[in-house]
Amino acid sequence: MPRHIILSMLLLFAAAAIYSPARADQTADILQGLTAKSFNAKISAVETLAASGDARVVAPLTALLEGRLHRRKADGAIVIVQAQDGKEFFFDALTGKPLGEAKPRSSKKIRVNNRLRGILRGALGALTLFSPDRAQRLTAAQSMFKSAGADSLAPLAKAYLKETDANVREALARTLAAVRLRHGSDEEKLAAAEMLADFPDREVRDLLANTAQKAQGGLLAAVTAAHKSIESRLNFFNILQYLFQGISLGSVLLLAAIGLAITFGVMGVINMAHGEMVMLGAYTTHVVQVIFHGYFPGAYTQSLLLAIPCAFLVTGLFGVVLERGVIRFLYGRPLETLLATWGLSLMLQQFVRSIFGPTNREVIAPTWMSGSIEITGGLALTNNRICIVIFAVLVFLLLTLLIRYTDFGLRMRAVTQNRAMANAVGIRSGWVDAMTFGLGSGVAGLAGVALSQIDNVSPNLGQGYIIDSFLVVVFGGVGSLWGTLVAALSLGLANKFLEPYAGAVLGKILILVLVILFIQKRPRGLFALKGRAAEA
Amino acid sequence: MKLNASTWIFAALLAGITIIAPILHLALPETSPLHVPTYALSLFGKYLSFALLALSVDLIWGYCGILSLGHGAFFTLGGYAMGMHLMRQIGDRGVYGNAELPDFMVFLNWHELPWYWLGFDNFIFALAMVILVPGALAFTFGWFAFRSRVSGVYLSIITQAMTFALMLAFFRNDMGFGGNNGLTDFKEILGFDLHSQGTRVGLFIASGTTLLAGFVLCRMIVASKLGKILVGIRDAESRTRFLGYRVEHYKLFVFTVSAVMAGIAGALYVPQVGIINPGEFAPANSIEIVIWVALGGRGTLIGAIIGAVLVNLAKSYLTAAFPEIWLFALGGLFVGVTLFLPRGIVGGIVGGLGITRLMGARGRA
Repeated sequence: MPRHIILSMLLLFAAAAIYSPARADQTADILQGLTAKSFNAKISAVETLAASGDARVVAPLTALLEGRLHRRKADGAIVIVQAQDGKEFFFDALTGKPLGEAKPRSSKKIRVNNRLRGILRGALGALTLFSPDRAQRLTAAQSMFKSAGADSLAPLAKAYLKETDANVREALARTLAAVRLRHGSDEEKLAAAEMLADFPDREVRDLLANTAQKAQGGLLAAVTAAHKSIESRLNFFNILQYLFQGISLGSVLLLAAIGLAITFGVMGVINMAHGEMVMLGAYTTHVVQVIFHGYFPGAYTQSLLLAIPCAFLVTGLFGVVLERGVIRFLYGRPLETLLATWGLSLMLQQFVRSIFGPTNREVIAPTWMSGSIEITGGLALTNNRICIVIFAVLVFLLLTLLIRYTDFGLRMRAVTQNRAMANAVGIRSGWVDAMTFGLGSGVAGLAGVALSQIDNVSPNLGQGYIIDSFLVVVFGGVGSLWGTLVAALSLGLANKFLEPYAGAVLGKILILVLVILFIQKRPRGLFALKGRAAEA
Repeated sequence: MKLNASTWIFAALLAGITIIAPILHLALPETSPLHVPTYALSLFGKYLSFALLALSVDLIWGYCGILSLGHGAFFTLGGYAMGMHLMRQIGDRGVYGNAELPDFMVFLNWHELPWYWLGFDNFIFALAMVILVPGALAFTFGWFAFRSRVSGVYLSIITQAMTFALMLAFFRNDMGFGGNNGLTDFKEILGFDLHSQGTRVGLFIASGTTLLAGFVLCRMIVASKLGKILVGIRDAESRTRFLGYRVEHYKLFVFTVSAVMAGIAGALYVPQVGIINPGEFAPANSIEIVIWVALGGRGTLIGAIIGAVLVNLAKSYLTAAFPEIWLFALGGLFVGVTLFLPRGIVGGIVGGLGITRLMGARGRA
């Protein structure tokens, strides 16, 4: 706003030099009309001022909108009040000449109501349509959409013809059509209704709906058609939005659960410390960033890329130690494994809390991950979400390929399917177990890198995902990576599509209940293993 | 039905504690070394309600192999039922002085009591709800789960999801259970001031007696023919089914009984600590109960009680003296017990002394 004020001050001085004194007096007289008691009189004064096209009125009108336009009690002059260093000063409303310090209660604020505010915004919009600042022209064009009256048709049309910037031109066309729909001739109204159909947003929809209530005959048909077309496109955008949010949530779930799909699904180990592996991955990202900050400040923001392999190695190594140290003694006793790994998760949380403290740690996003891609109609996809979706797909593909086509994947599947036979043909099953667990944990670490971008990096980070990840794996069917993918995406989508109807928390509860019911129906999940593998 | 010697010994011990501790509290002067101070009595009353909860978990996990990671949900529901009664007993002594509505409803601008709060003015009705609500939830949940043969880890995970869903639900203000803050600021129970010494003694005795009754009930269940079938289900579920037993009916029965016990434990817990909030639903709490049982000795009943008291004693001490250490200790306990003491304290000692037959329990890890 301050820039706005300075600019209008500048405009004002420039204008003062051009306009003749006679005309200035005229404007000053109308300005006095603002002090009228009735709001209707004030409104007509504002409209006359705006219609005068005198650029000097921008300053007093802006001040009026902001509640800084006062009437000095001593001589009835209209002044702008501006605070500087804790004191208030008077400035002449039209010329901007300083009039000295304002004593308390020496002036009276000119009051505005909401209706007047709307008209003021529209009037100011018309006056700033020709401003050299692109952003200001755009705001002006947009702000006039709701309030502009018939008299702003001419300046709008003129501005539209003069405009060179594509975005501002579009906004002008939209506003122009809206004003024509309200105040134009019958043919203009028809054309405007058709034109507005090309601007699918909520404001246009509401305008059309309002117009439809009063319109008749051909206009009614045109407005209704335009309204319908916008409505359906808005719905489509909404669905796209939910779809994207759902896929985004689904990919987060997929990342969190896919490591578990390996440790739980393939090995049958209930790793309650899985969430803490995710958390360790996120903290590794933080540590890598701190190291970068210290040694390579230039590449600071790109540290996330290096954090990916680091997190994989750190959590993977941790997983191997965990498997060799604790879990291998508990094979065949799933419930005991569950308890022991829960204990480990408590210790890991406290460990991280003791070192890094209980507060959230900040992980900075690289520049290419911030911002968003805007698609019309208020549909925006944030870059970090898009990156996470891509990352999740990559991780999934790599894992599938690893299990399907590498020597290690072959050994892993062999041990899962028939441990004794695998031992007999010379596979060191203990080693494969450790590596598989390490792989699952490493993937959890990768999830941590991704989650550090959208969630708080705190010791409790993993806790929020553990129940969800288990549900995803169980829902998808234990032992099936594809099942995990399908389950993660469908849970994510279901959650986001339920949210607008049920609210976030209730939606989540509904999903939990649905999954519980589903497991009753199909205790082995969506893609249950069949045949001999199912008994293992 | 014959109950073995160790049952009688332990029951007598429990009864002794229930009688002697209040006497030591009331009869001895505060200077005496044997005097039990009020806070210790309250603390122990709380442990006794936890012990009842542990007992209920041991009944299903130790004897039927059902590892519920959502038993805290039944406990908390029982607690809420009691809390609602205590809330109604506040009357117009709340901050807003509204005789019709609890404070949090006034705060939320509600104008009348939701239908599910009706009747809680009555103590008997509240007691019935303490039993019925967890019982009904467990019955419905178990009905679906056991019929479709969800077992083992899958059951553990969905019980956990259940308590998680309940936690999310109770955190909502719209639910009408006080949201985040839960129910608190209780004044009296059955006309007795909750903060007075006498009431605390009474609650302690009630907890002790209920625990004793629960212990004897569990003992009777496991010593009966039904108990033998439960152990059969635990050790070889398919074989038991092939022998012609309707496994799901047995599981459903014991699961429901256990949930009711947990609910009663919650109802005893709430007046002694003076608050119930949705945090009690947290899955972590439910998993903690399991470690009490595992430490004391799964499938021994006595072990569950001992484990609950020991772990909570340690918790009270450590969280006050070394808050940093507590989670390490608890976590270490989980790992250590599963790796090195799979039969728990009681199972280990008794097994080591070769008197398993006396205990009537074969604590299979």
